[in-house]
Amino acid sequence: MTLNLTINGVRVEAEEGESLLDVARRNGFEIPSLCHHEAVAAYGACRLCLVEVTKGGRKKLTTSCNYEVLGGIEVVTESAAIRRHRAMVLELILAEAPESATVKALAAEYGVTRSRFAASGAGEDRDGCILCGLCARVCAEVVGANALTFRKRGDNRQMGTPFVEEPQTCIACGACAWVCPTSCVGFDEQNGERKVHRWKRSLPLAKTEKGHAFAPQFQLFHFRKLAKLEADFYKKAPGER
Amino acid sequence: MELSRVDAIIERNGSRGASLLAILQDVQDEANYLPREALEHVSKRLELPLARVYAMATFFQAFHLEPRGKYVCTVCMGTACHVRGAARLVEQLERDLEVKSGGTTKDLQFTVEEVNCVGACALGPLVIINGEYHGTMTADRLTKTVEGLKKAEGGTR
Repeated sequence: MTLNLTINGVRVEAEEGESLLDVARRNGFEIPSLCHHEAVAAYGACRLCLVEVTKGGRKKLTTSCNYEVLGGIEVVTESAAIRRHRAMVLELILAEAPESATVKALAAEYGVTRSRFAASGAGEDRDGCILCGLCARVCAEVVGANALTFRKRGDNRQMGTPFVEEPQTCIACGACAWVCPTSCVGFDEQNGERKVHRWKRSLPLAKTEKGHAFAPQFQLFHFRKLAKLEADFYKKAPGER
Repeated sequence: MELSRVDAIIERNGSRGASLLAILQDVQDEANYLPREALEHVSKRLELPLARVYAMATFFQAFHLEPRGKYVCTVCMGTACHVRGAARLVEQLERDLEVKSGGTTKDLQFTVEEVNCVGACALGPLVIINGEYHGTMTADRLTKTVEGLKKAEGGTR
């Protein structure tokens, strides 16, 4: 069913079940976000996609990524109050990830260049993670490896692997490093080995017939299973076929 | 903990994801903590990722991944107890038992922990030892109580 709503005074159409963030972006309205990714379910962790929704005469601030659109709502994506809220959120995020170029650039757009807050945790916990959980959601929903999880809660909450050990179900595909909004996972390939730094996972790269190495054995196995490929499919590298 | 005991607990609660919390509670009741082998076994039996079992086991304060003492000494740190010197009681326990708050003695006899308020403010400062409430506690009396427990343990050996 098609729904009608207004965003910043403009009438737009949406399908039932769509998220407000998707509808707004499709119609060209910019809303910042860090924890959202089209490949996984909305989570509402970073709080940057806050917008103002008026429904039945009542206004409220809400995250747009996990707000399912309704007919007749009026949405405002940008106002002094919204900017103030986002600036506050960005100041908190900046405290956790002061080195992240993405966060710094976004914060600067909202006039935040330094944070009055201290990062939570100490020592190696201060690693630029903003606890958005995107890595774990991608690992569970897209990869299906379920190697990552939040542990503990409140101000002790951390992202990591079960028992804080090298995760046995991790295939070192690097999806977590790719989606991480603050680039705090870290990932490299050296000497025939792929390493995912933050989870301390390293796997040897499988070699093709010609001795080229391009992905770890577990990841190739995963691909072969997903795409129902022949067992010897990766004996040849993509360029060798 | 024998894995057959974990199996029995799983049978009792139902082998499905929704029973995870109840299963972990029962495991902790029996073993007095959540042994790693038990968590791994539950993950396998329920066909849940270990990450999910681990997340739940670390989320709730009621769960412990390390063995706990035979006697758990919980010092209330609520406002009323705090102003009546609860912090000194924690220090006293730490000194007497040679263990940091939150830790367990090497012989697995005593665990010292803090709780933020148990709602028995009129009894403050309050120390709970294995569910028994000891109100208007003093450092002196706490030492004696702990000595008494140590002696009772020594006597049974």
